[in-house]
Amino acid sequence: MNSTPPPSPTPNADPRADDNQQDSASAGRRPIDIVNAGLKRRYAAEKRFRFMGATAVALGLTFVALLFFNIISNGYTAFQQTYVQLPVYFDPEVIDPDGLIQAGDLNADEINKELIRVNFLKLARDALRERFPEVKGRSAKRKLYGLLSPGVPQQLREMVAHHPELIGERRETWLIADDDVDMFMKGRSTPVKRIDTSGSATIVTVPSSDDTLQIISSGADFNVVFERMRTATPTDKTTADGTTLDSDMPSYLIAINHGLVKVESITAHDITGQVLLPLKNQDPATPRSWELLELSNPQSARRLKDQELAWVLSLKDAGALKKRFNTLFFTQGSSREPELAGIGGAFMGSLFTLTLTLLFSFPIAVGTAIYLEEFAPKNRWTDLIEININNLAAVPSIVFGLLGLAVFINFFGVPRSTPLVAAMVLTLMTLPTIIIASRAALKSVPPSIREAALGVGASPLQTQFHHVLPLAMPGMLTGTIIGMAQALGETAPLLMIGMIAFIVDIPGGFTDPSTVLPVQIFLWADSPERGFVERTSAAIMVLLTFLIMMNLLAVLLRRRFERRW
Amino acid sequence: MSHNRPMTMPSAVSKTLLEHADTNPGSPAVNFQAEAPPTDAPPIDAPRERPMTTIAATAVQPDVIPRADTKTATDSSRAFSSTLGDISCLNPRMQCRDVDVWYADKQAIKNISLDIGRNEVVSMIGPSGCGKSTFLRCLNRMNDSIPSARVSGSIKIDGQEILDKHVDVVPLRARVGMVFQKPNPFPKSIYENIAYGPRIHGLTNHRTELDELVETSLRKAGLWEEVKDRLDQPGTGLSGGQQQRLCIARTIAVSPEVILMDEPCSALDPIATAKVEELIDELRTNYSIAIVTHSMQQAARVSQRTAYFHLGDLIEVGTTEQIFNQPQHRLTEDYITGRFG
Ligand SMILES: Nc1ncnc2c1ncn2[C@@H]1O[C@H](COP(=O)(O)OP(=O)(O)O)[C@@H](O)[C@H]1O
Ligand SMILES: [Mg+2]
Repeated sequence: MNSTPPPSPTPNADPRADDNQQDSASAGRRPIDIVNAGLKRRYAAEKRFRFMGATAVALGLTFVALLFFNIISNGYTAFQQTYVQLPVYFDPEVIDPDGLIQAGDLNADEINKELIRVNFLKLARDALRERFPEVKGRSAKRKLYGLLSPGVPQQLREMVAHHPELIGERRETWLIADDDVDMFMKGRSTPVKRIDTSGSATIVTVPSSDDTLQIISSGADFNVVFERMRTATPTDKTTADGTTLDSDMPSYLIAINHGLVKVESITAHDITGQVLLPLKNQDPATPRSWELLELSNPQSARRLKDQELAWVLSLKDAGALKKRFNTLFFTQGSSREPELAGIGGAFMGSLFTLTLTLLFSFPIAVGTAIYLEEFAPKNRWTDLIEININNLAAVPSIVFGLLGLAVFINFFGVPRSTPLVAAMVLTLMTLPTIIIASRAALKSVPPSIREAALGVGASPLQTQFHHVLPLAMPGMLTGTIIGMAQALGETAPLLMIGMIAFIVDIPGGFTDPSTVLPVQIFLWADSPERGFVERTSAAIMVLLTFLIMMNLLAVLLRRRFERRW
Repeated sequence: MSHNRPMTMPSAVSKTLLEHADTNPGSPAVNFQAEAPPTDAPPIDAPRERPMTTIAATAVQPDVIPRADTKTATDSSRAFSSTLGDISCLNPRMQCRDVDVWYADKQAIKNISLDIGRNEVVSMIGPSGCGKSTFLRCLNRMNDSIPSARVSGSIKIDGQEILDKHVDVVPLRARVGMVFQKPNPFPKSIYENIAYGPRIHGLTNHRTELDELVETSLRKAGLWEEVKDRLDQPGTGLSGGQQQRLCIARTIAVSPEVILMDEPCSALDPIATAKVEELIDELRTNYSIAIVTHSMQQAARVSQRTAYFHLGDLIEVGTTEQIFNQPQHRLTEDYITGRFG
């Protein structure tokens, strides 16, 4: 900000220099003239300063806006999750072969116990096979099963546990889709372009193989595609007559007669392709009753291959794929599967940790501040303590993590990865912040209040607790909230004490292994799956919301205390 | 601190100097003298020491100022050896003997002995920084909260020593209440302001008793009629004069025996001042009152006895009438007649 050239004298110094000259030369210049002469420069300086201030504020706001835009645009999709609707048959033979549950004299616990051994995966797979009966062969089936999340058996188990009357029924059920399907539904896999057709199509079976078809169009539909390919992505198989597509080119599918054919080779007026979804019939199709789909992302760059996409598209067209509000994200712990990974565990971990941190640090810090500020004798020892408290505030937080590891875990045997040990470490870290803020708050209480209390015979402790503390409380709370916000966002020291461990369960107490929001964000940001990218941003949103709520709470508390004059 | 004791010197000389200072603002001597009456400003060494130096310096070089003064005076008129007048009184509530106070290495008051009688108002006057507040604060040991302050000597209330380390200051302050220069009501309701003292001392058993005590205290302070409808509103919302009377009410709510007032009216307008003075006069029937004031008229109006302080010394004590009409010491006279301070 020191952009002004240093030799320029301050507005104050100038008139005085003038004054001295004038004294000897002409005494006629009145002080007001000197003041007026300096005014212009003063106003200019003021304007410059205001401009710089406004620029700084605008810059700051821009970056905040950018940050929020980036996080929200990346993360808002995580609040929705794709579900697949499938006809699930709750087969009594599989779920309840002995009829124990159906007999109706088991309580909830016993039902749960019975259900643990049940192979719900089979039910889900049966439902998928029923939906796509044409899928044959082990590898094709495995791909088909991959459309559903590995969390589906658990989902079905819970459904049955809550509604045992489902056993024996056939229900259209919304099941959790795999994260790849989810990504496709959120447009993060490949765009699908629909190209209208102008000619009528004739279907010719290719005798050599039963899942290959030739489609001839009476219009120029294929020519358009072919020309584009010949110029844009020619391969050594491209000739003037036609070309063969490979997995590094965009995929083209032909939706015709309720089936899907994948284009394998193309000429100006016909294509040959593999049937991905069986056609209802082989009748010729009128113009516009069939269409050409372009999957712009080449197959090799996608996790969902053309066959899987064909199933997904068919489900989608049938209305059996839907994005719904992602409750799992808020209720589940972490998981290796993005679609099952939730922030619930980390949120509870953060909540437990912060609660303990607050319980530990607030009384200690306020006590320390009061003692040092009001009671301690001013001598070399208290000076030393004061300096060290200020120094502690500047210690890199990872050092506190090392300390926690060495002292709390290794020496005192506090269980690692728990909110308890995290809170102890974070307490050490936040103490200086709160102490410094609290001392400043105490200092700002007018001494006349202390005198007044002492004057009517209050003891020093009563003076503190009845009069000084209530007045200092808003400032102390502000300091505490700043400290807590720091603690909430802290990652480094927690890595040292095992909070980085992969923990699926939601912690139920202060000594359960758990993780916390920032560490969870750190872990997810490290995961390669696309699904975790949006979840990372969503988790950041949750963290920020948490922070904003805390700050709101602080403001409210402060208002409350301030209203007591 | 050898120069702390004023030296014998021709009074005419220093008188000239003083008058000179009053009439001739602009000469270098005045710049020097203008600082002589130290203000209540922060305790810096320089301004406090200077008046002494001035007097001493003049004493050494008497011929610097040739002009003789019209008014004659004895040689020792400005020297201080011991307090003039009768420091004791007939019916003392508090008896102070040889009280010294140091702030760190600096002695703020020296050898002060003074009685405060029952049912009387003792006023303490003197230029700023002469140690009036310091002395007053000794009487209920408010100086305890200043880490650098050291008090020696003897102060007794009803024959009981209070300067002893083992004396509990809490009951002492219940007996010796204090009203400060700046009104400092608690940032709580008017009711709470009054009720706080009795409550912490356990003076009342029931809410109704407390209510009564609050009312009587406010009545005694002449504030009841003004605030009875808004007892639950903040005390800080009152006007300055009302706040000061609230502070007085707060002090008398714990039924002290002595009330110390440190320039209680310095922040008030004349009307509020008149009210407070009236109040002080009424309170005299039940309490002993020691009041520090800057206004000589006020001292004359409210007090029965007056003590004149000068640079840490208690120069003269006497009935108010005597101090104002026939001051015995030259310094007192200068101050009373407005030639000093
Ligand atoms: N807290 C303190 N620390 C150090 N010196 C003080 C303190 N309070 C007062 N003094 C000094 O003691 C002297 C007497 O002060 P004070 O009693 O306040 O004077 P007065 O009330 O008569 O104006 C002054 O010189 C002042 O600077
Ligand atoms: Mg004073």
